[in-house]
Amino acid sequence: MSTAPSTQVTPKRSFTASASVYVNERTSLAGFVKELGRKAFPDHWSFLLGEIALFSFVVILISGTFLTFFFQASMAEVHYDGSYVPLKGVEMSVAMASTLDISFDIRGGLFVRQMHHWAALLFVAAIGLHMLRIFFTGAFRKPREFNWLIGFTLFILAMGEGFTGYSLPDDLLSGNGLRIIDGLIKGIPVIGTWTSFLLFGGEFPGTAIVGRLYTLHILLLPAIVVALIAIHLVLVVVHKHTQYAAPGKTQQNAVGPPILPIYAAKAGGFFFIIFGVLALIASLFTINPIWNYGPYDPSPVSAGTQPDWYIGFADGALRLIPPGWEFVWLDRTWSFNILVPLIAIGIFILLVVAYPFIEAWVKGDHREHHIADRPRNAPTRTAIGAAGVTFYAGLWAAASSDILATHFSLTMEGVIHALQAMVIIGPFVAYFIAKRVCIALQKKDREVVLHGYESGRIVKLPGGEFIEVHQPLDEYDRWKLVSYESYEPLMIRPNARGKITVGQRLRAGMSRWFFEDRIAPVTKGELEASHSAHH
Amino acid sequence: MNRSKRRTGRRHPLATVALLALGLVFTGGAYAALSSGTAAQAEAEPTSQETIEQGKKLFQANCATCHGLEAQGTNNGPSLIGVGAAAVDFQVGTGRMPMQMQGPQAQEKPPQFTDEQTKQLAYYVASLGPGPDIPADSLVNGGGDAANGAELFRINCAMCHNVAGAGGALTEGKFAPPLTDVSGVHIYEAMVTGPQNMPVFNDLNISPEDKRDVITYLKYVQDNRSPGGFELGSLGPVAEGLFIWIFGLGAIVAVTVWITAKSN
Amino acid sequence: MAQDDHSGTELAAADSSHEALAPTASPGTALISSDAFENPGFPPHRPRVTDEDPKKEKRAQRTVYTLFYLSILGSVWAVAAYMLFPIESNDVGAVRLNNMFIGLGATLALLGLGFGIVHWGKAIMDDVELADERHPIGGSPETQAAAAKVFSDSDKESGFTRRSVIRNSLIGALIAFPLPALVLFRGFAPQDQLPVELLSHTMWAKGTRLALDPSGVPIKAADVTIGSAFHIIPEGLAELEHGKLEEKAKAAVLLMRLEPSELNQAPDRESWSYDGIVAYSKICTHVGCPVALYEQHTHHLLCPCHQSQFDVANHCEVIFGPAKRPLPQLPIAVDDEGYLIAQSDFTEPVGPSFWERS
Repeated sequence: MSTAPSTQVTPKRSFTASASVYVNERTSLAGFVKELGRKAFPDHWSFLLGEIALFSFVVILISGTFLTFFFQASMAEVHYDGSYVPLKGVEMSVAMASTLDISFDIRGGLFVRQMHHWAALLFVAAIGLHMLRIFFTGAFRKPREFNWLIGFTLFILAMGEGFTGYSLPDDLLSGNGLRIIDGLIKGIPVIGTWTSFLLFGGEFPGTAIVGRLYTLHILLLPAIVVALIAIHLVLVVVHKHTQYAAPGKTQQNAVGPPILPIYAAKAGGFFFIIFGVLALIASLFTINPIWNYGPYDPSPVSAGTQPDWYIGFADGALRLIPPGWEFVWLDRTWSFNILVPLIAIGIFILLVVAYPFIEAWVKGDHREHHIADRPRNAPTRTAIGAAGVTFYAGLWAAASSDILATHFSLTMEGVIHALQAMVIIGPFVAYFIAKRVCIALQKKDREVVLHGYESGRIVKLPGGEFIEVHQPLDEYDRWKLVSYESYEPLMIRPNARGKITVGQRLRAGMSRWFFEDRIAPVTKGELEASHSAHH
Repeated sequence: MNRSKRRTGRRHPLATVALLALGLVFTGGAYAALSSGTAAQAEAEPTSQETIEQGKKLFQANCATCHGLEAQGTNNGPSLIGVGAAAVDFQVGTGRMPMQMQGPQAQEKPPQFTDEQTKQLAYYVASLGPGPDIPADSLVNGGGDAANGAELFRINCAMCHNVAGAGGALTEGKFAPPLTDVSGVHIYEAMVTGPQNMPVFNDLNISPEDKRDVITYLKYVQDNRSPGGFELGSLGPVAEGLFIWIFGLGAIVAVTVWITAKSN
Repeated sequence: MAQDDHSGTELAAADSSHEALAPTASPGTALISSDAFENPGFPPHRPRVTDEDPKKEKRAQRTVYTLFYLSILGSVWAVAAYMLFPIESNDVGAVRLNNMFIGLGATLALLGLGFGIVHWGKAIMDDVELADERHPIGGSPETQAAAAKVFSDSDKESGFTRRSVIRNSLIGALIAFPLPALVLFRGFAPQDQLPVELLSHTMWAKGTRLALDPSGVPIKAADVTIGSAFHIIPEGLAELEHGKLEEKAKAAVLLMRLEPSELNQAPDRESWSYDGIVAYSKICTHVGCPVALYEQHTHHLLCPCHQSQFDVANHCEVIFGPAKRPLPQLPIAVDDEGYLIAQSDFTEPVGPSFWERS
């Protein structure tokens, strides 16, 4: 890479070199290349989860653009006259008819449509998995809190993108999905009725909603998503990627292959692999067969009416409410069967958003953290995460309560009752188990550092005693097991005016909760003591 | 084509799996062929006195314990007087009757009687009181209007049986069975008789021609695989979500491990 | 980015503590042991087989270009499949083949490229690993001071803090200016309609005949045999020019006939049914899905969306699931020709609850 404009033109310069000089002299790109081209990018499979999301989003953009050339977001009624026999002559909206035309009358149209939908499911799933990785390795700690917020916003926007897209074909499944959204909105106190009325442009279903969702789906939401992804990535470059503890890797360096060429090859290749996997799935597996569902009509409904997976937790929350949670008070209807799920999900979401700030406040740690934690070394955080995952999984499973019932020969009432218990008790059980498992693993790590690996070799001592030989760790392997910090519970101290504030008490209480049970890493002294005890 | 013999005596680890899968496919195919065979022979036979007598003997030996010696009903089973030949042909022809045990609903199983015996039972019961008859072949052969049938199916049937006929859950462990390999005759008979908890769809609700259209649609769905590829059970978004998490994301995460592993 | 002038230094041992990054940052309640192990520094580099064995390297090269050739083959295949597997009109099987073969060609093209590039990067490109130095994200104290000075200078020059009247009126104006935009949202729904009024009425009226969905053919009481379930719309709905779906979304009804002895009817609603025939709104009182899974022996109605269950024998009261209110009953009668008719509209709003409903 040439770094500065050169005035001496050497005749033997290669084509690439001349081209880069040509571009650079007009853009000053050399500075960027110099800065970024040889940046080290830490290498670990779990660091690629975000890339899955990014690349599936690119696939969504490409396939979605193709679809916009054919899809017509109109709810005007037409009689279908395309190729699919069981819908011939049926009255449906232009949106539905054009989606059927994409599927049946445009070569490769169904392929692109299926790829778009599969990629959307993958997009949200990859974001979810990526967030779990960030959470469980503490990669949200200073200086990365903002990126946690941006990433979280992207998760919500991705769900919005997904739901608006799911609703566009105006088929029976998505129409009933919108019907549920309408009912949900109407249940919100004070603003509900009018919000629904304005959203649907009058009474449900109206003739406006598909066009409105289309604008959101292809203009507003993607614009915000693209902008936030850009900021997200710029911050990744500014922060440099986290890395796992390993010999030579420190808080002051970022170790890995350079962006050019190895990382670029791996990431570029990975994009094509994801694109290819999605193409494979789209060519072999049906998704959202709208021709089965038929056009939206408020009277029919299909058994097994469910939203796409990422909305499942909200649908499941609605299903888990016991009968009777609705009251008339002050001559107004209070639909707690709708409000309670909304509020519970709202609190859950707020806790997820706020977690990095809560943990930072409890620890009072103002240092930058660039070494990602092993989940076992932050037992309370890992346990909280496990509890959250269990809560979410319970809600999510509830969205398929009917399918669970038929496929496991259960009663749907039994499934609902079991999941009600799981959502309430499950998080506590998961918390307890995860915390114990983490601490047990930490203890095992200590054992291994102090006494070495079990080699499996049995030796008979001269005295007739059998022992298993323990293989001591070398310093590199040992480093991975001892290079973490533990925190101690906060001692309450009076402030300058001799008072202990409520905030201090709360922080001390939470700090006790977080760090009461802790396993400190082995120190040099302990290892020496252990060795001298053996010999 | 010269198919090369196995060079080594060792079987491929997946061979057993493949064999099993093949076996299952053949059994399923044979079963499907058998049940569609039942459909083809559904034409009404002349109801001679002899048929009815044979049916009565079969009835008293196999059904009377629950339904009573004269089909008048007992505490364990309803009266069959006036249910018609269609009800018997459906219940016995799909193996639901005789029931193995009392449960939330009678389970489908391989039929216990031959087609001839089923017909004898049906005409015996029909002789006890007037009821819906076994439909004529022209109504169940799938020669109607699939589009009209599909619309009627969505309005009257899909909420229990799913839009693609994949079945669905009912209350307290009951379920609406999948219609993916049910014969036209049995679909017709189920509509007119309302077996188990299914409502009755009489000819004034859905006319015989409309019933033929519904069957035409279901046959269309049975005969035409989804244009998009494997249907994943036609279960909708739940199956799709599980698939993308387990196979889509699973495969890609496996690739990430390969990408970041040291090359060797 | 700009503060990093040392990207791409070769691996060298570095010091493990946080102090070098931000010497003043507080560690909070972290325990920092003076007896902790020190970072042993980078382990010796381990070469790959392709670094050591030229044959292996050759093979890796062959694999990579073979994958790229396969990718080209896949692209050509997809183009060929586009032409060889056209969509014949009315043939779903042709769509299936078209979808599958175009898709598999594209798959081969993409996966060949992807795996080829990654394999090149992994096995053939020089196995370089670099260490970048990190710097405090906040920048050097000089940079931070310079930025702070920019703000204080501009504050001084503009008088933003000093001229408080100007500033506060500016804030007020900024708060007020989006308000007109908010008002515009009223135009999202027709100006001459009010939602509560619309939600309180349906198409049913005294004397409206009950008709079959979707044909709109009126039905007689005698047509409805015991154990039947009829999906009903008001007569005339099928012929509506405008607002058909909106009306149907409120007026859809399920008609069932039970043994009259099995109905437990409230005294004031005994006249609402006819000889065991009852009509209930099909729209769930929870969030509005059509409730139509009728079990003729248990007389239970099930909503497939959230599993609310209603007991038809007891005025559709809720027996399971998140719904609270029973399904509204449509009072029915029989006219002199024997057709089923509505006695009136529903006596309460149908469908999901809403705030103004009482």
